[in-house]
Amino acid sequence: MTGPTPQNTIRKAPLLALLFFTVLGIVGVTLHEPGRVLEQAWQVCLSCIGLG
Amino acid sequence: MDHLRKWVQAVFVLLTNGYWNFPVTKTIYQGPLKVVCSPGLNCYSCPAATTYCPMGALQQLMAGIRMAVENGQYYFGFYIVGTIGVIGAMAGRMVCGWACPFGLFQELLHKIPGRKFGVPRPLRFVKFAVLALMVVVLPLFAVDDFGLGSPWFCKYLCPAGTLEAGLPMLLLQPGLRENLGWLFVNKLFFLAVFIGWSVVSSRPFCRTTCPLGAFYALFSKVKMIRLQLDTSRCTGCGACHAVCPMGVKFNEQPNDTECITCMACGRACRFGAIYLEAAGLPLAARDVKVKGARPEAV
Repeated sequence: MTGPTPQNTIRKAPLLALLFFTVLGIVGVTLHEPGRVLEQAWQVCLSCIGLG
Repeated sequence: MDHLRKWVQAVFVLLTNGYWNFPVTKTIYQGPLKVVCSPGLNCYSCPAATTYCPMGALQQLMAGIRMAVENGQYYFGFYIVGTIGVIGAMAGRMVCGWACPFGLFQELLHKIPGRKFGVPRPLRFVKFAVLALMVVVLPLFAVDDFGLGSPWFCKYLCPAGTLEAGLPMLLLQPGLRENLGWLFVNKLFFLAVFIGWSVVSSRPFCRTTCPLGAFYALFSKVKMIRLQLDTSRCTGCGACHAVCPMGVKFNEQPNDTECITCMACGRACRFGAIYLEAAGLPLAARDVKVKGARPEAV
């Protein structure tokens, strides 16, 4: 058996990971990546679905 | 709790596939919601899809990085990785158990009665190779004369794309049938393999091949919402081993990368040793139960 018993201490790692990826997403937004994602997602990718 | 999970899975299927006008338009949804990330594996070329697939979008960006940079557009996938990173940091592979349409599809197939088999544990490492090679390395480096790569995972392997997009689009647009070739046969083959395998084994695609599951698995130790073990209550009876659909021995490895937080182990534990927590804080009071576990082959 392994693992901790309940201690009610707040883990910081998830919060740091959330902060890091939120910042990464914001950087992507400033580089206008959502527009590129939309362009791709609006098209049927024939090779992706095995028809191209 | 399992009824609640099924309802949540159904809601996510409808939310990520909410465009029901496709029989009229004969094509896919092309509205603004497609800038929203689907938490689970859900092909954005599916006629009903209202969100983008993070794996498909990431491969497309990787495949087009050289051409984009040459044109002064610096697209590196930060938005996509940031979005799925936020989801991963919040819930990790809980997404697989609660929000993935293809996960639900496999679960339903596994309900078909018959002899059941396990999935060899070492096969779980394959999905990390699929993520690294087919989603990142090959789309980025295996480029044509114009510097353009291919979405290798989508193109050669993804059974969700064949099921949700390939087959429906063939029905909607008969003209596409002229394009059928070995590529489609290859994709149909993988779809058939995973359908058959899902009947006899629990969630084989999630456990062995899914690159999105591999990405979320990287958060197993740092995700906010996770199951935890109270060692003072655990008797080591092994009831949690028998019920896990992912073959996790929870009391031996509480942070196993395969745990999808379906909470089957929590229901099976008669001693209240397994509980849900968020960032270190227990989410609910734990009661000692008396009901037994329902073992199945995993």
